[in-house]
Amino acid sequence: MNDLAPAATPAPVPVEDAVSFKQQKDTKLYAERVRIYAKAIKGRFRQIKTAALVGLLAIYYLVPWLRWDRGPGAPDQAVLIDMPSRRAYFFWIEIWPQEIYYLTFLLMLGAFGLFLVTSIGGRVWCGFTCPQTVWTDLFMWVERLIEGDRAARIRLDKSPLTGGKVARKVAKHGAWLLIAAATGGAWIMYFNDAPTVTWNILTGQASFAVYFFCGLFTATTYLLAGWAREQVCTYMCPWPRFQAALLDNESYVVTYESWRGEPRGAHKKGASWDGRGDCVACNQCVAVCPTGIDIRDGLQLECIGCGLCIDACNDVMAKVGRPANLITLDTEANQQRRQRGEAPVMRIVRPRTIIYAVIIAVLGIGILLGLSTRATLDVNVLHDRNPLFVRLSDGGLRNGYTLKILNKDRVAKTFALGIEDLAGATLSVIGHEPAPGQPILLEGRPDTVTSYRLYVTAPAAAVASHQQPIQLSLTDQADQTVARFETVFRGPER
Amino acid sequence: MPTKVEKDAFTGTDTTGHEWDGIKELNTPLPKWWLYTFYASILFAVVWWVLYPSWPGINGYAKGVLGSNQRLDLDHRMAEAKAAQATYYDRLASASVAEINQDPELLNFALVGGQVAFNENCAGCHALGGAGQSIYPTLADDDWLWGGTLEAIEQTINYGIRNGHEQARFNEMPAFGEILEPAQIEDVTDYVLSLGGTSGNAEAAARGQALFAENCASCHGDDGKGLQDMGAPNLTDPIWLYGSQRPQIVAQIVKPRQGVMPAWSTRLDPATIKLLTVYVHSLGGGQ
Repeated sequence: MNDLAPAATPAPVPVEDAVSFKQQKDTKLYAERVRIYAKAIKGRFRQIKTAALVGLLAIYYLVPWLRWDRGPGAPDQAVLIDMPSRRAYFFWIEIWPQEIYYLTFLLMLGAFGLFLVTSIGGRVWCGFTCPQTVWTDLFMWVERLIEGDRAARIRLDKSPLTGGKVARKVAKHGAWLLIAAATGGAWIMYFNDAPTVTWNILTGQASFAVYFFCGLFTATTYLLAGWAREQVCTYMCPWPRFQAALLDNESYVVTYESWRGEPRGAHKKGASWDGRGDCVACNQCVAVCPTGIDIRDGLQLECIGCGLCIDACNDVMAKVGRPANLITLDTEANQQRRQRGEAPVMRIVRPRTIIYAVIIAVLGIGILLGLSTRATLDVNVLHDRNPLFVRLSDGGLRNGYTLKILNKDRVAKTFALGIEDLAGATLSVIGHEPAPGQPILLEGRPDTVTSYRLYVTAPAAAVASHQQPIQLSLTDQADQTVARFETVFRGPER
Repeated sequence: MPTKVEKDAFTGTDTTGHEWDGIKELNTPLPKWWLYTFYASILFAVVWWVLYPSWPGINGYAKGVLGSNQRLDLDHRMAEAKAAQATYYDRLASASVAEINQDPELLNFALVGGQVAFNENCAGCHALGGAGQSIYPTLADDDWLWGGTLEAIEQTINYGIRNGHEQARFNEMPAFGEILEPAQIEDVTDYVLSLGGTSGNAEAAARGQALFAENCASCHGDDGKGLQDMGAPNLTDPIWLYGSQRPQIVAQIVKPRQGVMPAWSTRLDPATIKLLTVYVHSLGGGQ
């Protein structure tokens, strides 16, 4: 009996931290796509968005057709990147590949411009000007035209497959593909003469590369603007990820005034507003959102700052007779001021924006200075690596160079070659034997690089150390302007 | 084994259960389409296997239905490049080296093509840019053993030096160690040094001058300036193939070194030799 008697203090039953595997299947490995049916809305932000759309698309499609006369033999397209002949044209500016740093500066200018705009007004770029936003907006407009607004589209997608549904879908995708093809085609025109390449594409005479890139950009436009849409912003784009680093509490962002909106709830006409918030929980702000979020949850990664929810809410506030801008473009600091009943303050000038503006100004002035003082003549003097110098039978020294004349003008030029800073030096260029006493005349062919083999001979005594800086000069025979270029003359170690 | 899926209190998202210093990683699921792009890339690979060479076998490999072959592509492109150069080669074949040197277009082609041929065939001894090294003469200076005119250079490249070819340039400096007494060789050396402007024993040099006139002048000339027809070097300039120091000169008199150069006409076509000739002529020393 004693053996079977329970212990005076029974040991606690161990509790395992175990759950059936079925309950563990809470987390899905992959997220299903939630279709977003953005509702059409009218209002101030919609107007800005439409204006941006029309303006930017007009620039994109029309710029390749602008002409700019550069004289005979040169392309007359105002904006052209001519890959085969290694030239980029922008109106009066012509860039050679070695001047690609202008593009670097331009990209830096773009980056800091983006930083400045974001620190002032939030994701203005994302909401209004990003190509992904512009083309998605255009595709949504086409979609509404063919399939109707939000409710009609939801109904259509749920309806069984009928002839009418197929016709609408085919019309929509057909229209999308046409726009996409025009987009891809316009892209090609920045790299080819627009009228020529358009004719060639239409008559089947264009190169494989043209058709390939046309097809590639058609496909990406169709997929990104028609199908991927907000997925690009939420999953592919890095910009939403670091926007937080550019915002501070004085940045204007799309904001829900929760302090006067909550507690939200449906509101019957004529009922009292006491003890409740202004938000009538109509969810119009969610319905119009192109990325399908609820701005009342606060600033979030998916918000592209387009302000359409502001338009939607203002409509509703006007209808229920409450003050506008329950959803508003405001700063975090102003929200706190408003909550305290103080007047809002606009603080655009802050250390952050000043720094960005100064960088932009420096970069912009740098680019302008660079372009306005850009020399049309450049010379590369490449000293031979082997042999560094040659000792001659009279004891003198000779150095070999490759002389490249970069004539960025479209007229041929003739230069007289000279040398400075080397006593007793004589010059000779392979293939050029001037009459005695005459200078060596070198031609700089128009808009290209002309190469010459140059030998400089000097008495050994003229070279003080193993390496002496010298200057070569090119005198333009047309206007006698002299350009000087530095190089070295080498001799034995001393 | 995770026991229970934990939800993040703030976002309501599941966590992975991993925690670092109190920070828990959210388990945000990947979108489905992302998975589909992965499937699409697998499909791409399968299509690639069918179209292009891919799987290795024991006696070969799957060739792919497009018949792509990079080695054949290379041959094809080389043939295209050759065809593009053919017009130049035709003109080179009928032009003399002097004519090539006068024609700016052919000269440009010869300088570029000649450099390639030189780097492949000649630079091993004469070094890049004809800088010369060790016992191989510098081609970029103005001192020539066998002549620096276009014709002389072409002749030397075609048939070479002391290589047994019947048209090869040939000379043979006798080994004076078997002809002259050691003291006489010292005297001649003093004289040769004096020719180059190096002061030595004037008395010995005077004795050496008589010996030089007797033994050396027939090739190197009375004034020691050499004779290019004989390939006899100029002894009065500061350029010395086998060294300018006294022991080196003595050694060369006692038992001369006789350099050899291959006959390139047995290896290269005439057009390439013309390219080489024009290129070597352009290195700085061409006459």
